[in-house]
Amino acid sequence: MVTVSELVLDCRELSTSEINRALRAAADGTVARIVQPRGRHNLAVGLQNRLTVTIDGNAGYFVGGLCDGPDVTVDGFVGWSLGENLMSGTIRVRGNASECAGASAHGGLVVIEGDASSRAGISLKGGTVAVAGDVGHMSGFMAQAGTILVGGDAGESLGDSLYEAVVYVAGKVRSLGADARFEDLTDVDVAAVRELVEAAGFDHVDAERVTKVASARQLYNFDALKDQRY
Amino acid sequence: MCGIVGIHLKTPGLESRLGELMVPMLGALAVRGPDSTGIAVYRRDVPADRLKFSLQAQGDRVDWDTLADHMGEGATVRVAGDSAVLVTPSAAPDVLAAIPPGVRVVGWGRAIEVVKDVGDAATVSERYGIAEVAGYQGIGHTRMATESAVTTEHSHPFAPGADLAFVHNGSFSNHATIRRRLALEGVRFETDNDSEVAARFVARQVEEGKDLGDALRMVLKTFDGFFTLLVANEDQFAVVRDSFACKPLVVAETPEYVAVASEYVALGDLPGIARARVFEPMPEELHVWSR
Repeated sequence: MVTVSELVLDCRELSTSEINRALRAAADGTVARIVQPRGRHNLAVGLQNRLTVTIDGNAGYFVGGLCDGPDVTVDGFVGWSLGENLMSGTIRVRGNASECAGASAHGGLVVIEGDASSRAGISLKGGTVAVAGDVGHMSGFMAQAGTILVGGDAGESLGDSLYEAVVYVAGKVRSLGADARFEDLTDVDVAAVRELVEAAGFDHVDAERVTKVASARQLYNFDALKDQRY
Repeated sequence: MCGIVGIHLKTPGLESRLGELMVPMLGALAVRGPDSTGIAVYRRDVPADRLKFSLQAQGDRVDWDTLADHMGEGATVRVAGDSAVLVTPSAAPDVLAAIPPGVRVVGWGRAIEVVKDVGDAATVSERYGIAEVAGYQGIGHTRMATESAVTTEHSHPFAPGADLAFVHNGSFSNHATIRRRLALEGVRFETDNDSEVAARFVARQVEEGKDLGDALRMVLKTFDGFFTLLVANEDQFAVVRDSFACKPLVVAETPEYVAVASEYVALGDLPGIARARVFEPMPEELHVWSR
């Protein structure tokens, strides 16, 4: 039997680089706790190992950004660009997240138990962003691939210039952005939402009663077989 | 980028600690604006018939006592390094007209005192002893210049009217048009800074009788660009963000104070912050606190 001892990292004593270096050096399976974050930016960034990291309080920008593997939980609220460019792993925020949550995430799951501000899931590239509450304006802007689930309401211009990403909203949509449209739910959609609701722990979302928003495909050309040069 | 901080005290308990609370806030946002730092603090420490003028020497040393002697009966001066606060019973237009060349007025009114300078938060805070300053509210700025030169004149706060102070994070795109319009109406500018245009626009709105809330509504109607603004006068403390909320702002409110900052990291050490209601203003959403 392996005894798991908790790695405790105190923001009052350590620089952000020291904290992230200590996390990177930790063995897979390590349980780490970052205490006294007080809005510190760039915590738990760029980790490629399989850790469980808890941030014990409110954190700043880019929490969990560029990670490829760990499970990060924030017991508080976070600033801009939570999980920016996430590759794999999970990030869970017990409170609210500011702007650009899950920006450009290629993979992994970002769960926000409170609200997310504007531009949630901007430029999403294959990751999943699940918000229990509301999201602000321009959420899903230019999202290329992946899934956004909104348990509450969505602000103005949802899904503006969407590519292949899909947005599901349990509440109301204030307005759609350019080239976004409502689509009928298919069985595949319902199954995907049900799975996501379970993973996120969103008891309040009924997978059969969400609204689907996807690209109307008028702003870009989908035909990969056409004679195009990129 | 730039950093904005402010505290508006609702009760007198923390007034003696205002500067002590604001220096670490400015320090936390020094990375957002390492070029220049400035602060406007408000305190009523002179009789009601006196005005305070925050003055700065523009180059050569200024003999502040001699300057005070030339400012009429009853004028006194409080000196701190290359800056001074002139306290006088004379009317504002008379004082402003009598300020000699080589001295710059960076703010004036019954309660306001302004210091601003080139340098990062730690340097400027130390140079002007900001940590020792008391007051009932204050607004501060750490500047990363994007639109105009790095000089003391170009730094924030801009304080172009009685007890008015204005700090801005962002950039206005139609400031030249509005500058020309205001210039035709007789408004004079000290710099080519875009924020100065908006500050003088607000000052003009206030002179016409608007409160800060209505003045900022006019900014929303008139100005194009990116902005989070924090504006204060003797009785009010107000914030607004542009239509896209391009620039950040976090507000923390407790029964004792309202504190605002570009980033929560500047608020995390304030007393009672764990019990504060923390929120981000929505786009075009005005928040005004009055005394």
